[in-house]
Amino acid sequence: MIPMSFILAAQAAPEVIDRIPSGYNHFVIPFCVGIVFFLIWITVGCIRILLNIPHSDRLRFWKSLVSPVTIYKNLRDLFCDCLFHVKIWKRKPLLGYMHSAIAFGWFMLILLGHIEVALFVPKRLGISRSALFYPIFYRFFVWMNPGHTTLRGWVFFFLMDFFLLYVLSGIALAVFKRFRSLALGMKHTTKPSLADRVALYSLWLIFPMRLLAESFTADLSGGSFLTIPVNHLWHLIFGDKLWIMPSWWCYSICLGLFFAVMPFSRYMHILTEVLWILLRNAGIKPNHPRKGVAEAEIYACSSCGLCLDACPMNVQKKNLKYSSVYFIRFLRRHNERKINDIADKCLMCDKCHALCPVGVDAPALRRAQRATVNESIAYDYSYLGSAVPVHTATEGNAPEVMYFAGCMSHLTPRIIKSVEKVFNAAGVSYVFADEGGGICCGRPLMLAGRNDAAAKTIAANKKMIEESGCRTLVLSCPICFKIFKEEYGLKGVNVVHYTQYFNELIASGRLKPSMGRERLVYHDPCELGRGCNVYYEPRAALSQLATLVKASKEYDESLCCGGSLGSLTLDTRDRAKISETAVSSLMVNNPDKIVTACPLCLKTFSESVANSTHQVSPVRVVDFAEAISESIGN
Amino acid sequence: MVDFGFGLVPSSRINLDLFDKQKYEELASVEPDVRKCMSCGSCTAVCTAGNFVTTSLREAIESIHNGQPGKALEMLGSCQLCGKCAMVCPRGINTRHLILSINKIYGKI
Ligand code: SF4
Ligand code: SF4
Ligand code: SF4
Ligand code: SF4
Repeated sequence: MIPMSFILAAQAAPEVIDRIPSGYNHFVIPFCVGIVFFLIWITVGCIRILLNIPHSDRLRFWKSLVSPVTIYKNLRDLFCDCLFHVKIWKRKPLLGYMHSAIAFGWFMLILLGHIEVALFVPKRLGISRSALFYPIFYRFFVWMNPGHTTLRGWVFFFLMDFFLLYVLSGIALAVFKRFRSLALGMKHTTKPSLADRVALYSLWLIFPMRLLAESFTADLSGGSFLTIPVNHLWHLIFGDKLWIMPSWWCYSICLGLFFAVMPFSRYMHILTEVLWILLRNAGIKPNHPRKGVAEAEIYACSSCGLCLDACPMNVQKKNLKYSSVYFIRFLRRHNERKINDIADKCLMCDKCHALCPVGVDAPALRRAQRATVNESIAYDYSYLGSAVPVHTATEGNAPEVMYFAGCMSHLTPRIIKSVEKVFNAAGVSYVFADEGGGICCGRPLMLAGRNDAAAKTIAANKKMIEESGCRTLVLSCPICFKIFKEEYGLKGVNVVHYTQYFNELIASGRLKPSMGRERLVYHDPCELGRGCNVYYEPRAALSQLATLVKASKEYDESLCCGGSLGSLTLDTRDRAKISETAVSSLMVNNPDKIVTACPLCLKTFSESVANSTHQVSPVRVVDFAEAISESIGN
Repeated sequence: MVDFGFGLVPSSRINLDLFDKQKYEELASVEPDVRKCMSCGSCTAVCTAGNFVTTSLREAIESIHNGQPGKALEMLGSCQLCGKCAMVCPRGINTRHLILSINKIYGKI
């Protein structure tokens, strides 16, 4: 029988009692040493990166931190990318679960731990000697009044155990994955360094140690469905002599060790990623392949290797070494020769960027690298001014549309013919900007890292467009489209790709294509799809005139045709291999025609199809404009 | 001399004294495609810049053989790297990289 007076006393006492009034025990030292070192390291690192970016970018960064739009974007990305790892979930669910269990679970444990302290022993938070470690080792320092546990307390007990179990399940998966791949003799892309290994093993140990420590103290400081039963188990095994102190020491040592080696291990990406997301969302672009923003970017790469599978060059094993993961590794190691080799090889198809779970824009870093070498090449563009055609409109009678075909379309005049036919059929008044040959849009120069030279052609073209008075600029080349949209800064001019424009003509009834019985497959050109996010319009338009079938890789996973101007050093044979793969991806559902919306893809695919020997009747490759113009009759 | 109505164009005059073999080998090592050129002139026929000024990859390559790298650089100074020449070259030469490499190797003093 419990005496009545005791129950009364217990109920009057607070729910949580400071078991150790000093709020300190020697076992916290390893953790404190580790975390202090780690915090100093990242603070210095952040300051260095911020000092290394140009003043205007820095200003932009501070502003972005208070602008509601970027705050929303930051929160969304931090949750989706850093905590839930949504992108990995989408590709490999089990791997996604593993990452999010460890990241999100741990985050919740830290957060809930702090909330618990704030609610039950608020004096330990804020500026106090114990603020650093108290919330982490909260359960050690308190005694739960068993006669007086409120619902609130129980909820916390439950949540803490729940998230601990969640993290443990992630760790178990990680351990399993590692040993299974070792047992199966799978090759890792990277041989872990010593720091990697120490960090990995201490990370694995942290949570089992936490379970041990908390379960040993569970009858003093409370627990829930996980820690209480385990506590009973210990009592069964060890009787009343529980190893409380050793277990808390171990827990603290594991934590301390992990934080101390983290800066030297690949796990640093967990935190660098946060900084990188903030910088990225502030819209700051790297202007050097390694310094400033780029530093945050290259250290945010987790070496996960997803970009290896993504890269179209890797249809040939020998090209694996040109993948982004290696590019970034050599940037970190300052290996100039290899950096340049890799930077020049890439097709700039942007697929690795689109699929990277951390959003590392390796193609942009490559462009920055190319600029360090090619920017200084001398050029003489004094002729540009007189080379650009003049289309001056008298007030009020400017044509509806200006059509700019671009260099490449001039080599495939069927595109131009078809575009003009569609314009005429829809009754669009237009002016053909570069009918007699214009100058280049500047994108190929930019891709080669010659931004200064590109700026000159941009300025000359811009002047021409602005003087024409046209309010809509239609491009038939995605390479032109991307740069006109992003770099020209054409105020009051609607820059559209012809897939978008024709789709609008169809939607508004100005163009009436007739439905045929053909089966088409649509190829997403890199610069249009991943480059400008135009996936919907070409498909919407084509579905009005034929049945669309799927390719094995499409939308943001679409494969580069191999003809890309992005690569500086890839030779014809390697390109042909890439084209072959892209064509077979398009052919999986046996379409009658391959439709693309880029003159370069058109040429590359046409050649590849013509060269292939295994097909009885080669599939026809047509341009989007051709497909539309064929469907509107004569 | 009798005027036959045609003559040797300067570009076909080979000057072995001026030809810098070492530099040429350096070029050929970074862009071996330079050896493939057969002077067909397709690149020049479609050249975007060549529409307005004398830009000619064919002539640039020949100038290098003739020991006139300065002329080659001049020929390519107006190039916009648009890539049309790469699309038409019957020998599949990586023209853009060749142009960049000529600039880099012969451009340095
Ligand atoms: S660049 Fe992105 S996809 Fe590639 S290894 Fe790094 S994190 Fe992974
Ligand atoms: S941009 Fe494309 S070609 Fe270049 S590394 Fe990424 S996936 Fe490979
Ligand atoms: S890349 Fe240069 S040389 Fe070749 S077609 Fe274009 S402007 Fe002419
Ligand atoms: S098109 Fe090719 S082979 Fe012909 S001249 Fe030009 S570079 Fe030489």
